[in-house]
Amino acid sequence: MIFTLVIHASPVQHQAPETALRFARALLEAGHTLHRVFFYRDGVFNGNALSSSAADEPCLPSDWRSLADEHKLDLVVCIAAAIRRGVLDSNEARRYDKTQHNLAEGFELSGLGQLVEAAIISDRVITFGGRG
Amino acid sequence: MSPEKQPAPKRFLLIFNSPPYGTSAARDLLDIALTCSVFEQNISLLFLGDGVLQLLSNQHSAPLRQKNLNALHSSLAMYDIESIYVDADALAYHGIEEEQLHIDVSSLDTDTVKRLISQHDVVFTL
Repeated sequence: MIFTLVIHASPVQHQAPETALRFARALLEAGHTLHRVFFYRDGVFNGNALSSSAADEPCLPSDWRSLADEHKLDLVVCIAAAIRRGVLDSNEARRYDKTQHNLAEGFELSGLGQLVEAAIISDRVITFGGRG
Repeated sequence: MSPEKQPAPKRFLLIFNSPPYGTSAARDLLDIALTCSVFEQNISLLFLGDGVLQLLSNQHSAPLRQKNLNALHSSLAMYDIESIYVDADALAYHGIEEEQLHIDVSSLDTDTVKRLISQHDVVFTL
């Protein structure tokens, strides 16, 4: 089965992204396909490379990247949501005259069209952190 | 990927469950709705719970420095989004008559709401 995961919540304030990560691992282990993980609203903070966790706490941006490297995953961060929240890649930093950029490696910025396209292609779309 | 390369359209249901201006939920979900329209999908909107408050007419959002949802809802027809449903119980709970709503909606009882949800391929809620 082809899955897409949608994540609306920040990894620091909500358990939902961690649950999504475990769900992603489980579905891949079960032999399913993960078409895309789409980060919307405060979910864009999952792609903040400047997130720094205590040594005994998880760091979701790195965890997502490891999973993405292992399984060639498509991690897409909603560009409009990300820009508002200060999660920028080098292109957007240039466009908005910011001196820094912080989109974590393994993630890309793109539009909501990537969410809708993924929903069209996937058999299941699962949302994490929808009510928060 | 361009819209014309897509497979057969799916039925998308967007469930608006939040009050209008306290969070960005209404606008964030509307943005998904408009994108679905660009991809020429079949789209229905369902307003549940406090979400029915989003539909009230005569909203004055300027003091909140927010865009007026009435104006955004007026543009839905332009995007061919015309299947708009509300939960009759939620209207009753808030003491709202259908005439007080800014756009035309179909009012549904609980069983019909359940059936509506089950008839859709993809459901997004905010």
